[in-house]
Order: sequence, then structure tokens, then C-alpha cells
Amino acid sequence: MDWGTIINNTLAGLLTPTTIAFALAALGLAMHFGFAGLLNFGIAGFMAIGAYGYAISVLTFGFPWWGGMIVGIIGSILFAILLGIPTLRLRGDYLAIVTIAAAEIVRLLFLTTAFTDVTGSADGLFGYNNAGGFTNANPFPPGSYGWGPWTYNSETLWVLTFGLGVLAVCVWFLWALMRSPWGRVIKGIREDEEAIRALGKNVFAYKLQALIIGGIFGGMGGIIFAAFANVSPGVYVTSITFFIWTSLLLGGAATIWGPVIGAVIFWTLQAFLSNILPELALAGILPVSGTQAATLRFVLVGIGLMLLVIYRPQGIFGDKRELTFVK
Amino acid sequence: MSNNDSPIKSTGLHIGEAAPGCKKTDPMLVIDHVKKSFGGLTAVDVEHLEIPKNAITALIGPNGAGKTTLFNLLTGFDTPDTGAWEFLGTSLSGVPSYKVAQMGQVRTFQLTKALSLLTVLDNMKLGSKNQVGESIFRALFPGSWRKQDAEIELKAIELLKRFNLDAKQADFAASLSGGQRKLLEMARALMTDPVLVMLDEPMAGVNPALTQSLLGHVLNLKKEGMTVLFVEHDMHMVRHIADWVVVMAEGKVVAEGPPETVMNEQAVIDAYLGAHQDTDLGVVTGRISIIDQEKDK
Ligand SMILES: Nc1ncnc2c1ncn2[C@@H]1O[C@H](COP(=O)(O)OP(=O)(O)OP(=O)(O)O)[C@@H](O)[C@H]1O
Ligand SMILES: [Mg+2]
Repeated sequence: MDWGTIINNTLAGLLTPTTIAFALAALGLAMHFGFAGLLNFGIAGFMAIGAYGYAISVLTFGFPWWGGMIVGIIGSILFAILLGIPTLRLRGDYLAIVTIAAAEIVRLLFLTTAFTDVTGSADGLFGYNNAGGFTNANPFPPGSYGWGPWTYNSETLWVLTFGLGVLAVCVWFLWALMRSPWGRVIKGIREDEEAIRALGKNVFAYKLQALIIGGIFGGMGGIIFAAFANVSPGVYVTSITFFIWTSLLLGGAATIWGPVIGAVIFWTLQAFLSNILPELALAGILPVSGTQAATLRFVLVGIGLMLLVIYRPQGIFGDKRELTFVK
Repeated sequence: MSNNDSPIKSTGLHIGEAAPGCKKTDPMLVIDHVKKSFGGLTAVDVEHLEIPKNAITALIGPNGAGKTTLFNLLTGFDTPDTGAWEFLGTSLSGVPSYKVAQMGQVRTFQLTKALSLLTVLDNMKLGSKNQVGESIFRALFPGSWRKQDAEIELKAIELLKRFNLDAKQADFAASLSGGQRKLLEMARALMTDPVLVMLDEPMAGVNPALTQSLLGHVLNLKKEGMTVLFVEHDMHMVRHIADWVVVMAEGKVVAEGPPETVMNEQAVIDAYLGAHQDTDLGVVTGRISIIDQEKDK
């Protein structure tokens, strides 16, 4: 086995545009579920809308890259409003059902051949980073940066810097909101919305605000992902939603840093497993073929998620006292 | 606090004879033709009812009489089939629950709603109205809300002291006992600076010593100029603190009046004993023997 490559690839997973994109999406879920108690199983839909909003407005409507990104964000806001207005008055589990269905509808709309001119259907979209000028906005001259596993070309470095900047702003935003009286109301709603209503707060408005804020984070995640890779409908599937849920629960749903660290751990672990499992299969230690070994990691993710929810529901960074009182 | 003295009762609350639906000299709530059915069951059917201002009114009645449902209707947590009601002259029909609370009509729940994973202090601070930092935009600028938040905190601690919960302020509300949660819920309701406090069984599950102090708190509310409407099953308590008693049975108001007289009315005795007014009260509570009696008939 080539341990050098395995370790190298694993460490590289610590900081990639993908990790940042999923950290952003997990941050959105932290807002939704961890703080406001909104069961959103459609975070992949928010990411898709962010990514497609950016790519389509650049390719079809000739927007500059930043204008396209703003369109992506506005798209996620509208999606949150569209989902929220009919469902936020209902009990929490209904939101879960609606969001999972809505995310699938979004994906299928981008996949269908009816709008191929605009969405590229199954091929997805590409070339928008050049067309919109995102690539040109790169302040780093061509070359090789960093060291060891963290060696990047100037394009990747630009996406990383941009992504980290966005992530930092979003983390600050969430932190600033959750320490405020607004955050107190949101957490109160998570505990018992009737009690909050009885204290004179407009619960619906607060829940919609939380859904929008988390949706923006999710959309930003999609945009960062699109800034690095192509936009493809195959990415925004339901399993991505569950990866993000795993990252969130790993770090701690009701924390600020939990979702970020959770996403880093998750994607580093993924990098590790996707490298080591095929090697183990090749070496004859695992009695499966190489491709089977690669999918085995998703089985492990599922098992990990279950164990996490059962044995450490508050996550790595969650308040230990909360564990005593988990409902 | 001198709990053993009998509290000063407010009198002269009503106009004319004390009968169901009688007029009050100074009503806070006026309810007209409020009706609510669940399927075939009429849970509430109140023709006319007025709740006197600056007095303690007890709402009593057997289990399932519709007391909690009436509370839900009055506070906008449920919508009636028909009817209208006014709070200090403003119609409240169709007004959402949070607006009702903002107007100063605040309630507690029969099943206590402590916000478990919030600290006791945060529970309290949530009660305060008109908080600048509760707007999402201003929340981002701590300078705009810090001072107000500090004031709210002082007020919350003051109230917690009164309710003997100040030692618990940093704990999660989930760690409180059932009785302490009742206290917290009541204290939290008071943080809203209410005009009318509606308590649904505030003493249920609270030990006698704590009940004494809770009674003191309720009496204090009146002293501070608030109006109290509370649901209670313990007749001793009702007699002790209520200025006025409204009796409900099967959704209807069957009697009202000052506690000394209303409890002896035939309608009230009927309401509590149901169809078995000829049987002894002891037999009614021991249900098995009633069933036996009915079999014998
Ligand atoms: N959501 C509901 N759906 C159907 N029936 C209901 C509902 N809420 C209350 N009821 C019925 O309405 C009637 C009145 O209930 P309510 O809770 O108001 O009684 P209550 O006077 O508060 O009784 P208790 O003293 O036991 O609390 C009961 O017969 C109850 O079964
Ligand atoms: Mg009740």
C-alpha cells in the first residue's frame, strides 16, 4: 500500500473548495436546524439554486461574475420564501417532507431536457467562471503556492481565498445573530414556539428569517462549489443533503464552529476512505472489488451518522449539559 | 410575606344580580356568543361573560368543562366557530396570538412550557417586550441593544429573586422541577408587563409550601394593578384569593359570583356532581361504585 499518497490525499482534503462549500451549507443547516429547529432536508436544493443562479445569469444573461453570484443568493432567498410561506405554519415534520421534495423538484428542473439551452440539462454548465470574469479577477499571478499536500495552482488558491473569505463573513454573521436577542428568540422557537407566541413574538416571521439566512448560506455553498467545479445536476442529489447533515451533527448542530469543523472532518475522512478502501481491496484485505470499495465509504458514512445521533447527539462541540436533556 | 392573613377582597364588581353573564362595573374582557366545537362536541359555548378589571377572577369547572379551550380562544391560540370578544374595548376576534400578547393579555399553559435548552435567565429575558435587538437588522449592531439588554437582565433577576429562582438563573430550564417550571413560566409572563394575566392551573403539581408563595405572588399582581384570570381545581385556594368566580360546565357558564356564595349554588353543585346529584360526593369520586349502581338499576 502506498501510505504516502493516502496520507497526502487525506491531508489535502482538509482545505479544498469542496470542504469550504460544504462547510457553508452545514452552517446554513446549523441556522435552520441547530438554532431554529427547522428540519430542512433540502439543503442540496439551496446549493443547486445558488450554483445555477450564478452560472445561468452569467452564461444566458451576460452578468458579470459578482452579479451572477448575487442572483444566486437572491434565488436562494426566493426559494426559502417559497418553501416557508406554505409550510412554516405547519408542524416541523411537514417542513422536512416539503423541503426534501422541493429539492428534488429543483434538481429535476435543472436536469430536464425542456430547458437544455439554459440549464445544459444532464451536461450541466461550464465556462461561466471565464465568461463572467471570475477567473480574471484572480489577484494571484500564475504559479504554484503552498507546500506538501497543500500545494495549489493560482486558480485553486483564488477560489480558496474567496471561499474562506465568504465563510468567514458567514460565520461572523451567524455568531453575531445568535448572541443577540434575535438569536434568543430563535432558540426559544426551537424549544417551544407556542410559548414564544404567548410572549408576543411573531414566530412565523422569525422562522422565515431563519430559513432565509440559512438558505443564503446554503446558496453561497453552491456558489463556491460552482466557482471551482462545473455545475452539474448530478451533484445536488439527496445524498449530498445527508452528507451535510452528517457534517453538522458531527460538529454540533447548535454551535457556530461545529458545522465548519464537522465539514472539515467529514471531507477529510471521505478523502481518507476513498483512498484507503480501494487500496485495501487491491491488497486483498477487503473481499470486494475496487469500485465496490469506493462506494463502501458511503455505507460507512451512514453507519457513522447513526452512531453519532445515538451516542453523541450534541456533536463534538455541543454543550455537554445539553446531552442530559435531549428530548 | 403574610400569607396567613386573609387577603383584601375586591367587592362591588358586578351590576345587578350575580348571575351567569351579569354586567361588571368595569370589565376588562367582554365575551359574546363565543362557541367552539370539536367535531360533534361543543367544548365552549359562552353566551356573555365579562371579566372585571383589577380583580382576581377564578374560572372553575369540572374536567373537560372547556376552561382551557376558552383560554385558547381568548388568547388567539385557537379560533372560535362564532363569537366576538373585546379586550379593553378592542375587538380581538381574528387577532393572532402574538398580537394579543403584545396588547398586554398574557397567558400561561396548563402543560408548562419551559424553554428547556435555554437558561432560566434567557427564558426570562425572552418575556420582555419591544426589544431593539430582536429585529434581525439591529441584532447585528450590539451597540443598539446592549444597554436595553442589561436593563432587561436586571429586571429579570429582580423577578427571579421574588420567585426564589435567582440561584438557578444560569441553569438550563430543563433542570428545574415541575413546580419551579410553573414559577418560571409565571415569572416569564410577568416580564411582558401584562395588563391581564391568564394562568391555567398555576398551582397544579406545586407543593403546599410553594403554593403559599405562589398565592402571594398572584395577590401581588392585583396590588400592582394587574387583572388576573386563573383556572384552578383547588376550591380552598379559589375561596382564599378569588374576588370573583366563574363556573363552567360542558362549555357553558353556569354560575358566577363572589366565592363565598357561588360555591353553594345548586348549579355549581350540579356541575360538579353531574347527573348524580342525589348520590354522595364520596361515591362520585369512587367511580367503580357508580358503575355498579348503574348496573343495578
Ligand atoms: N384539540 C381538541 N380536539 C378535540 N377535542 C378537544 C380539543 N381540545 C379540547 N377538546 C375537548 O373539549 C373539551 C374541553 O376541554 P378543555 O381542555 O377546555 O377542558 P378543561 O376545562 O380545561 O379541563 P381540565 O380541567 O381537565 O383542564 C373536552 O371534552 C376535550 O376533550
Ligand atoms: Mg384545562
